[in-house]
Amino acid sequence: MKELTFETLIAVFEEIFGQGLFWAMVVAALLVTAAYLYVLIRDRSMSMRKFLLAQLSMPFGAVASVLFIQAMTDSHFRDIGGPIDVIVLLGVAVLGAVGTAILVYTAQSLFRRKST
Amino acid sequence: MTLKGLSTSRRGFLGLGAAGLATAGLGLPARAAKLATKARIVIIGAGAAGTALVNRLVERLEGAQITIVDARAEHLYQPGLSLVAAGLKPASYTLSQTTDWLPDGIALVAENAAAIDPIAKIVATTSGQTVAYDFLIVAPGLVLDHDAIEGFSLDLVGQNGIGALYAGPDYAAKTWVAAKRFTEEGGLAVMTRPATEMKCAGAPLKHAFLVEDIASRTVGLGKFEVHYTAPQGALFGVPIVAEKVRMLFGQRGIKTHMSHKLVSIEPGQKRAMFEKTELDAATKAEIKTMVELPYDYLHVIPPQRAPEVIRQSGLSWADKWTDQGWVEVDQKTLRHLRYPEIFALGDVAGVPKGKTAASVKWMVPVVEDHLIAAIEGREGTEVYDGYTSCPLITRVGRAMLVEFDYNNNLVPSFPGMIAPLEELWISWLMKEVALKATYNAMLRGKA
Repeated sequence: MKELTFETLIAVFEEIFGQGLFWAMVVAALLVTAAYLYVLIRDRSMSMRKFLLAQLSMPFGAVASVLFIQAMTDSHFRDIGGPIDVIVLLGVAVLGAVGTAILVYTAQSLFRRKST
Repeated sequence: MTLKGLSTSRRGFLGLGAAGLATAGLGLPARAAKLATKARIVIIGAGAAGTALVNRLVERLEGAQITIVDARAEHLYQPGLSLVAAGLKPASYTLSQTTDWLPDGIALVAENAAAIDPIAKIVATTSGQTVAYDFLIVAPGLVLDHDAIEGFSLDLVGQNGIGALYAGPDYAAKTWVAAKRFTEEGGLAVMTRPATEMKCAGAPLKHAFLVEDIASRTVGLGKFEVHYTAPQGALFGVPIVAEKVRMLFGQRGIKTHMSHKLVSIEPGQKRAMFEKTELDAATKAEIKTMVELPYDYLHVIPPQRAPEVIRQSGLSWADKWTDQGWVEVDQKTLRHLRYPEIFALGDVAGVPKGKTAASVKWMVPVVEDHLIAAIEGREGTEVYDGYTSCPLITRVGRAMLVEFDYNNNLVPSFPGMIAPLEELWISWLMKEVALKATYNAMLRGKA
């Protein structure tokens, strides 16, 4: 890579997903994060019951994100060829798990407030 | 010492502050001011190189008359052809419109260059239109000499087990029709490469690896053989990579026939004729013999040469590549050795390496630097070191990210993270997902 600047990186992501989808995903991620912070501040505490369900959803998020990436790129687990591949795979899984946990927690807080 | 003429009034002070704010608010991130010039710049070719350069020039120059000459309405993302020919992407994956990528404020002459007069500094197009230049960038790509292979013609592609992925998106898709049949029915596949310089010397290897990989999971091992032929003595120009490929071919059971040049085919009988070159042990004289190989699937890559207009205009090397006609340029600055106002970019440049899009990405800023320096009347400083990159696909899902320079040194972009000679999933991801995105960013002058 030559001149790998932040601007180049943004340009690359815009090309991968298309300008519209990329920025829609950025906005969606920001909105979910903002909603998460909102419910945390509103409730002034973490609900352990909601957090439990969020944690239970993490493995599903991890597996789903890995399978999504593999399906999008014509690849399989047999293609893992070295340590960096394991790191990338785990990175994708962790991102998927954390993202799902935040999403599940926020969704519960927003839509099931009275039941807990 | 006093500052004369500097207003000390309140209004003057506020004015200064406002000017300062305006300066701070503009141009984030800070950009150098554009160079004002009346220079006439002509670029022959709106492919990867011409397009990337023109988008960078309009950011650097103010008032320049830039003309780009290219008849082709479609822009081809050529690195995608290997994927199309393995059924991994549709032909449309490689296609866009030339005009999608060109900036405003330049002139596009939608014709091919027919003649270049480097003395009078004039380019003539196919309709007889003439364009005068102060600086000329030659980037028309190369031509595929399919007629050099006797018995072969492009309408054979896709039938009778014949493929030719270099010929363009539709032919790459037809190549997959023929290759797919082989991966389902098995038999004998024969892969070729030309004796001339060629674009992306990794592509013949990729095709062999991909066809073998898909066949091993479709028809199954034992039902097919893949034979790789090459006129050269090594599998790749970079010795350390050639050795790695030799080992992988060994593991995968791909047989090699070195010093074999494809000269003719008999499509009806599915036979390919090769000229085999050997050195006589005693006299060291070259002995040429004809060898015939039968095939069920044959992949043809024809000899490759500079376009006729380049070879006719006296821009080519006189003592190198005389049958191919690449432009005589300094290999570090890509500037013509006899006509300093001419540069060559991309496939047509007469340098030992660099007929890939990755090379173009490294070449373009060098030519940009020397061109702008020339307009300013000084010498440029950027140097092209022969950088070439090849995400050498070895399986569907795996590749080796091979990067090297003129000296056959490996120059990995991510040392310690992505090993160049390991078959990795991440290298595949870069080819499959990130490469086209980076390429498009390059076309827009942003990478």
